[in-house]
Amino acid sequence: MGCKCGSIESANCHCGRIVGINGNMLTVEFFDSVKQNEIAYAILDDIHLKAEVVRTRGRYADLQILEEPKGLKVGGHVDFTGELMAVELGPGLLTQIFDGLQNPLPGLAKQCGFFLKRGMYLDALSRDKEWEFTPAVKKGDTLSAGDTLGTVPEGIFVHRIMVPFSLKGRYSVERIATHGSYRVSEIIAELQDMKGFLIKVSMVQKWPVKIPLNCYHERLMPTDTLMTKIRMVDTFFPVARGGTFCIPGPFGAGKTVLQQMISKNAEVDIVVVAACGERAGEVAGTLREFPELIDPRTGKSLMERTVIICNTSSMPVAAREASIYTAVTLAEYYRQMGLHVLLLVDSTSRWAQALREVSGRLEEIPGDEAFPAYLESVIAAFYERAAIVKLRDGTVGSVTIGGTVSPAGGNFDEPVTQATLKVVGAFLGLSRERSNARRYPAIHPLESWSKYWSIIKSEDLKLAQKILKDGNDIAQMMKVVGEEGTSIDDFVMYLKSEYLDAVYMQQNAFHAVDGAVSAERQRYIFNKIVKTFGTKMAFHSKDEARTFFQILIQKTKDWNYMAMESDEFQKIEAELDKMIGEVAKNAQNIPEN
Amino acid sequence: MRRIYRKIEQIVGNVITVVAGEVSYGELATITTPEGSSLAQVIRLDGDRVSLQVLAGTKGISTNAEIRFLGHSMQTPFSKSLLGRIFTGSGEPRDKRPAITENLIDIGGPSVNPVKRVTPGNMIPTGIPMIDVFNTLVESQKLPIFSVAGEPYNSLLARIAMQAKVDIIILGGMGLKHDDYLFFRDVLEKNGALTRSILFIHTAADPTVECILVPDLCLAVAEQFALQGKRVLVLLTDMTNFADSIKEIANTMEQIPSNRGYPGDLYSQLACRYEKAAAFEGAGSITILAVTTMPGDDVTHPIPDNTGYITEGQFYLRNGRIEPFGSLSRLKQHVNNRTREDHRSIMDSMIQLYALYKESFEKQSMGFRISAWDKKLLRYGERFEHEMMDLNVNISLDQALDLGWYILADCFQPAETGITTKLIEKFWPDNTRMSIA
Ligand SMILES: Nc1ncnc2c1ncn2[C@@H]1O[C@H](COP(=O)(O)OP(=O)(O)O)[C@@H](O)[C@H]1O
Ligand SMILES: [Mg+2]
Repeated sequence: MGCKCGSIESANCHCGRIVGINGNMLTVEFFDSVKQNEIAYAILDDIHLKAEVVRTRGRYADLQILEEPKGLKVGGHVDFTGELMAVELGPGLLTQIFDGLQNPLPGLAKQCGFFLKRGMYLDALSRDKEWEFTPAVKKGDTLSAGDTLGTVPEGIFVHRIMVPFSLKGRYSVERIATHGSYRVSEIIAELQDMKGFLIKVSMVQKWPVKIPLNCYHERLMPTDTLMTKIRMVDTFFPVARGGTFCIPGPFGAGKTVLQQMISKNAEVDIVVVAACGERAGEVAGTLREFPELIDPRTGKSLMERTVIICNTSSMPVAAREASIYTAVTLAEYYRQMGLHVLLLVDSTSRWAQALREVSGRLEEIPGDEAFPAYLESVIAAFYERAAIVKLRDGTVGSVTIGGTVSPAGGNFDEPVTQATLKVVGAFLGLSRERSNARRYPAIHPLESWSKYWSIIKSEDLKLAQKILKDGNDIAQMMKVVGEEGTSIDDFVMYLKSEYLDAVYMQQNAFHAVDGAVSAERQRYIFNKIVKTFGTKMAFHSKDEARTFFQILIQKTKDWNYMAMESDEFQKIEAELDKMIGEVAKNAQNIPEN
Repeated sequence: MRRIYRKIEQIVGNVITVVAGEVSYGELATITTPEGSSLAQVIRLDGDRVSLQVLAGTKGISTNAEIRFLGHSMQTPFSKSLLGRIFTGSGEPRDKRPAITENLIDIGGPSVNPVKRVTPGNMIPTGIPMIDVFNTLVESQKLPIFSVAGEPYNSLLARIAMQAKVDIIILGGMGLKHDDYLFFRDVLEKNGALTRSILFIHTAADPTVECILVPDLCLAVAEQFALQGKRVLVLLTDMTNFADSIKEIANTMEQIPSNRGYPGDLYSQLACRYEKAAAFEGAGSITILAVTTMPGDDVTHPIPDNTGYITEGQFYLRNGRIEPFGSLSRLKQHVNNRTREDHRSIMDSMIQLYALYKESFEKQSMGFRISAWDKKLLRYGERFEHEMMDLNVNISLDQALDLGWYILADCFQPAETGITTKLIEKFWPDNTRMSIA
């Protein structure tokens, strides 16, 4: 019996025929049945172009094509796979760079040269590489999804080979491979379910990206600070392990640089970077830089703890939507091994725009700025995939998610920023004013917030926050009444806030020492500054005060650039103490203004 | 297979619809009327209804015009013989010389694999301190020049074209005033640079949507030269006209606009073009400088806003000067650590001080009392504007950095500049006398 589509001689054909093409949306007449979100291939000569079912109506399915649709015709053949969009999970993900559909980009480059080629799909994990497997269970053990069968070393990590997450119920181990080298696709275990059915398990498994992976015992409260080594974040607007944060800001305010700083220095085991709809050049930079940078925690290159998912702005838009889910699924996979994973997405707005494009082509009723009405719930569901969890074996793993937001016109009062602010635990808002004044990182000190715990004692923090706020108020007032209308006390308060800004909040991303500041050092410097602020100061004139603070700023900046163990560090500290001591002594001679 | 049709079902805006079979998405067709012929591109297929965007516009097209499907998407010839030539926005000769038909290549090809991009490492010196010192232009960079109408953006573009050290210049004009077209042509010719240039010029007199192909034509040709090892500089003016054409088509196709009438895919459309800027391992590079006039001087307008998110920085042209605030070359840190050790410090502190100057200037104009510090800043700001910001200053980077120290030393005490002691010791001029060539 031939297929109804007429073009394939197959009894149980699962296919369809293109009846319309509108941008990256195909309308396909199907003959059997289709699943929502299943993957299909549109066939163009010898090229197979991946597409995903996003809506069905009667005999027609709307498919978003994940590639450039040029050349497709009405009447063209479509094969449905019956499978949801899924990623391969197994050893060998780390150090890789994948596109949004988990194609290894270096592999593509080897085959196709300088340019991407549509319809080229490669295995995400190498089928040739051998991994040294050590079993962790024995015949007769009872297990369920997510339990460890054995381990392989993957770079600096112990990579757990687990019972496939899709298996329901309990299984007994019938056979487990002995210690030795295996390829990912080799069978390393046979499991028997309660009905006696045998399941063969290899080191690679698939998981549908849009479904959260939650084979854990329980979710915990995110309480531990995730050190980013950025003073302004850890001290003022901290991020917690298993928590979420967002970085909205107009273009050029420093979102990407801030994320890059975090990806380099964050105290986590693994970093998944999702370059989503932004510049390819930035990814290329990371790619070249990371292998050269040594992770001080492990002594190995930073690349060993990194996976990059890359769907940059000129790559197909529909695959951009997938890339976010691919990234978070990989992050969840490593969390399942008791590791702390940080997922950084740049930028979630591009993902939201991809949703908007699809929604528009489906002619759904548009909400604000033409974003679909379900935008908020989709964003919320994505950030909900961040969590710190206790696994069934008692170990703890986490996925922390941080996303940049690129609001249209730099105005935070827009749908994506607003939807994100509702669900995240920390808001690092970047300000155009601060970036224009080269005050990096340009996190707005008064508008940003965090619900997590700082590494600094809260009363000290409150003091600093008060100084910032008062300083800002005085600065605003000075704009109206001028310096001469400001009392010297107020003026000194203003200078103090400027001092805090210059030497603590501003941080040189590109400096070896200043670029990454440990918790210990942050506490040390912060205490010093608090002590300085506690010192009674008096000046004869505003100019004298200004000069004093200018010198103090310069010295403190010099201090920031010195390694904490160095002699210079101590030397400059002594000079700072001396300056403060002198001004305190003067204060006794100058009457209160 | 029938490829010629003579019955147009619908004409709306610049889009026509015909009933035809075996047509592929993105395919090109020619539409012939007694007045002439135009190219059209398939932008939607719905059963046997085919919608085409007519590049020369639909004015005067009759429902029985001849539509011939060409079986391929838009192409351009590519060869060395393009050098020195001037074409229209649809790739026809504008210089009255014969058409070139050899070696046709597709335009709008696939993107570069991100892993094949080389980290940009070569500065493109322009002799303009506001660029070289403060926002260095880097090979493979894509930068817009944000400007309002009336600013001398085309002369700036021309000047960069003349002074930048590159192999080939490709100029794409979109909605260019005819005078400006002649200006570019003459400047290039006068400086003997026309022979290394290729011009694709769509003028304001041409049908508006025809400019939609200009960036793709320029970039496809640029890409081929780059793959042959050439360093290509692509100059586009004015991308706002390009974006408006995209808007016009989207509106005709009844796409739901996202922001001020612009379609939701404006970002992706612009990115596809700008992302063609690249440096190829073992070959050449493409650098893009693109004028984007800001409607109503509003940078939050969707065109400059989306552009800013895509490009690697931006130059703001205002009052005939490149504004230090907001202007930004994001790739500068790839090169300015290898120019001179004081480059970054000069860059940072001169801008910070200039920002303070602005505040003092404000105070002064509001009639507040001016402190001694304000006076220093006022003096500094004036010199900075006069000696550094003026676009007519044409000096090397070294000279510009020396000039920076000279101005600082002339206006401030070392500690007031915020520059680290180490650099002060090395570079602070002993006395304030210094000769600048
Ligand atoms: N922390 C920083 N230190 C120094 N320069 C910075 C810093 N953050 C941003 N910049 C400057 O601002 C530019 C734009 O930053 P980027 O992170 O790319 O902006 P965004 O992603 O918000 O558009 C960078 O290329 C760099 O020149
Ligand atoms: Mg960015």
